[in-house]
Amino acid sequence: MGGDNLAYMSEGAEGLRSIPALLQRNATRFGTRPAYREKEFGIWQSWSWSEAETEIEAFALGLLNLGVEKGDHVAVIGRNRPTLYWSMVAAQMCGAVPVPLYQDAAAEEMEYALQHCGARFVIAADQEQVDKVIDIQDDLHQFEHMIYVDPRGMRKYDHRRLHEYSHIQNQGRAAYDEFIGELTARRESLGYDDTCVMLYTSGTTGKPKGVVLSNRNIIETAKNSAEFDKLGPGEEVLAYLPMAWVGDFIFSIGQAYWTGFCVNCPESAETMMTDLREIAPSYYFAPPRVFETQLTQIMIRMEDAGALKRKMFHHFMAHAREVGPKILDGKPVGLLDRLKYALGSGLVYGPLKNTLGFSNVRVGYTAGEAIGPEIFDFYRALGINLKQLYGQTEASVFITQQPDNEVRPDTVGVPSPGVEIRIAENGEVFYRSPGVFVEYYKNADSTADTKDPEGWVATGDAGFFEEGTGHLRIIDRAKDVGKMADGALFAPKYVENKLKFFPNILEAVVFGAGKDRCTAFINIDLTAVGNWAERNNIAYASYQELAGHPQVLETIRGHVEEVNASVAEDEMLSGCQIHRFLVLHKELDADDGELTRTRKVRRKIIAEKFHDLVAALYDGSDSIYTETEVTYEDGRKGKIRATLAIMDAKTVPAAPPAMAAE
Amino acid sequence: MMDGTEQTHWTNDERQAAVKDSEGYVTADGRQIGGVLMELRNITLRFGGVVAIKDISFDIREGEIRAIIGPNGAGKSSMLNIISGFYTPSEGELWYKGAKRPPMKPYEVARMGVARTFQNIALFEGMSVLDNVMTGRLTHMNAGIASQALWWGKARDEEIANREVVEKVIDFLEIQSIRKTPVGRLPYGLKKRVELARALAAEPSILLLDEPMAGMNVEEKEDMSRFILDVNDEFGTTICLIEHDMGVVMDLSDRVVVMDYGKKIGDGPPDEVRANQDVIDAYLGVAH
Repeated sequence: MGGDNLAYMSEGAEGLRSIPALLQRNATRFGTRPAYREKEFGIWQSWSWSEAETEIEAFALGLLNLGVEKGDHVAVIGRNRPTLYWSMVAAQMCGAVPVPLYQDAAAEEMEYALQHCGARFVIAADQEQVDKVIDIQDDLHQFEHMIYVDPRGMRKYDHRRLHEYSHIQNQGRAAYDEFIGELTARRESLGYDDTCVMLYTSGTTGKPKGVVLSNRNIIETAKNSAEFDKLGPGEEVLAYLPMAWVGDFIFSIGQAYWTGFCVNCPESAETMMTDLREIAPSYYFAPPRVFETQLTQIMIRMEDAGALKRKMFHHFMAHAREVGPKILDGKPVGLLDRLKYALGSGLVYGPLKNTLGFSNVRVGYTAGEAIGPEIFDFYRALGINLKQLYGQTEASVFITQQPDNEVRPDTVGVPSPGVEIRIAENGEVFYRSPGVFVEYYKNADSTADTKDPEGWVATGDAGFFEEGTGHLRIIDRAKDVGKMADGALFAPKYVENKLKFFPNILEAVVFGAGKDRCTAFINIDLTAVGNWAERNNIAYASYQELAGHPQVLETIRGHVEEVNASVAEDEMLSGCQIHRFLVLHKELDADDGELTRTRKVRRKIIAEKFHDLVAALYDGSDSIYTETEVTYEDGRKGKIRATLAIMDAKTVPAAPPAMAAE
Repeated sequence: MMDGTEQTHWTNDERQAAVKDSEGYVTADGRQIGGVLMELRNITLRFGGVVAIKDISFDIREGEIRAIIGPNGAGKSSMLNIISGFYTPSEGELWYKGAKRPPMKPYEVARMGVARTFQNIALFEGMSVLDNVMTGRLTHMNAGIASQALWWGKARDEEIANREVVEKVIDFLEIQSIRKTPVGRLPYGLKKRVELARALAAEPSILLLDEPMAGMNVEEKEDMSRFILDVNDEFGTTICLIEHDMGVVMDLSDRVVVMDYGKKIGDGPPDEVRANQDVIDAYLGVAH
């Protein structure tokens, strides 16, 4: 199916050297087919490719009118909306560089990026984002004009440097004759090695870095990955992940413009699940956390369902786990089993997939973190083709991905088309591909540290190729892998992932580098534990109180001990069993700097911030009193005080006699 | 004056009468407040021998946020009920848009552009948020019963037009995610917001809010305050509210009427009212 479509697409690759060039091609080739949809006022509004081109061109003319120069940086801040995607392409048309920023970042975080790239223009979604930029504008020396999309509440603002999106478009239309020549010239001069976009990495350590990606990076990667999964112009995607994240840029701009599929934007962040169901995407990406949350919700709702429904669900799910993945992979399955699976599809799997919005998913991906095998298998059992990929901003996402029918929870797949991979002696994974970034903006040292002159890039992750299948397995961040006091291997993430696979555990941080034994901080999952508390008539007033409840602590102890038993089976890592742990009194939060904006644990910062708690884990005390500063969403700070119980967990003697258990 | 689109039912005479009365004023944050929209003259309300409201006069101007405050039992809600037409004053006159308003039924008052929310939420619990908000448009619908039953012709066109207004309100108050949720399943703070949505859907000239923040936590109060200010700012709606939370009242309103035991003991901008000795006494109590 997809093959025919792609044949004519690759022929044009030579002439198509920029996103605006692809837009032009799509407007002629796909004309009236939908390019963008957004739900507004309860109705899905759509724009065809030719309408999108008109909108983008009008805005680009408006930008020229405002004085956008070649090479300027234009920051884009807001949730996924067609207007903001158009802003990015319009900026490219003018020869400027779009810089999408995380919309939930606080003003100070934005200040760093805006200052660093020297953005002259900012395009903000609404009043909230405008306010943040106004807060910091006095420190931004190059900042000149801001454009906002949603005019609500903006009437009383000083409009000398502030413009409404639709006004800029109108000015652009009015100045068509004056600027169209200039715009065409700039659009045509865009080359394959010109910058396509600049994205700030969230940075698990240190300051964010601006990753410069060229048109070549984005278009080649989009082309290769679209061919890998046979993506065609008929795909539907839901754009709901942060626009500042490289994945969204590749899916919603790179691949969408390359193959000409439609990008759907939800009505608001809260309506995402409803919108997902209405759109029923055929190509879907979500980080493991989204799949986990959905599964937790299904389980909670099934607990509350009637006895018959519950029975039916469990009965057919057991069957699906057994044969579902096999059917999906085209392996032989008996006729009776197939019939039962078909019956289950009618009664359970179909309705469930429909509720989740997964009825039409042909290709689904997850990446960013390890996903629990049970979670992964659950979705595959339902017949959803969920796969894993491994990627980085510096690679324009794709390093490895799992081909159809070769999907497993513990690997990240084979090298993506066009990607070469090399494993260094210390286990670190290196890659080279057409998607490899140009440089870190204004940071030659870091560029040189990461990318060697031959174009090999260090991922910072340790991994190995599995013999026989040729699939890559990632163990941990290379720099996090350490040694314990007795020389045993310490791989915190390996253990943390095992812990996080329990629905009750949201986040875990394991300590132990250079120590004689491992300990852990644990964050409970409020949805799962809260539901359990409700069913067991356990009253609680706050997250903190629930997290400190003795029964909760006991449950978590049970989980930790299960993980210890499973870790003990691995000869190399049996030293990583958790001897003592505590359940944190607050959720780790990006606003407090404990997680990155993409919700990865910032190990070092957590260890410093909670140094008293870490010390207590090692000095044998039973409980510890602590005060923690927290930042509220509006930037105010407060303090929470708590006395935390420190729990001991049973460990299992390792297979070789070296380690002594407690 | 504010924008002219708002007062479509005004005759020229009415408008002149309203404007003649006063030139309006400019608020601290630079908003232009217009002429008198509603004036209450010497209102007294009796229930048998009980005098709930005693000879009170004040006015509400075009585009302002007017608050009525006072201790429990001061007669605030009765005052709101007089404005909304639920009670007929025993004595006194109510002037609205430059004309004296005869005694009216509440639905007639609603048609004249007065919408309200209630102290104790009065929504249809079994209906969805969308349907509840749609009921706010009832005064704007007049298709016949046959057309309604068949949902054909006029009824259909009307519903589509009204739905558009409702969707704008839903978008404005950010309740898209609960559009199809039955109201009975919503938490208290959201129900309050749905009630505000229903009142707004009527596109009122005056919006009456009876304790919009009652029983809310700090965050919900902040949200509600922002919505009230936004409604006033975006639609130019005149708002008259009763509220207990003094902090909220002083921050939100342009002018405040203070009542105590059915009498008016203060009237003016928040700062002036705050300094008024009678008001302080009423709130803190005095030794008699």
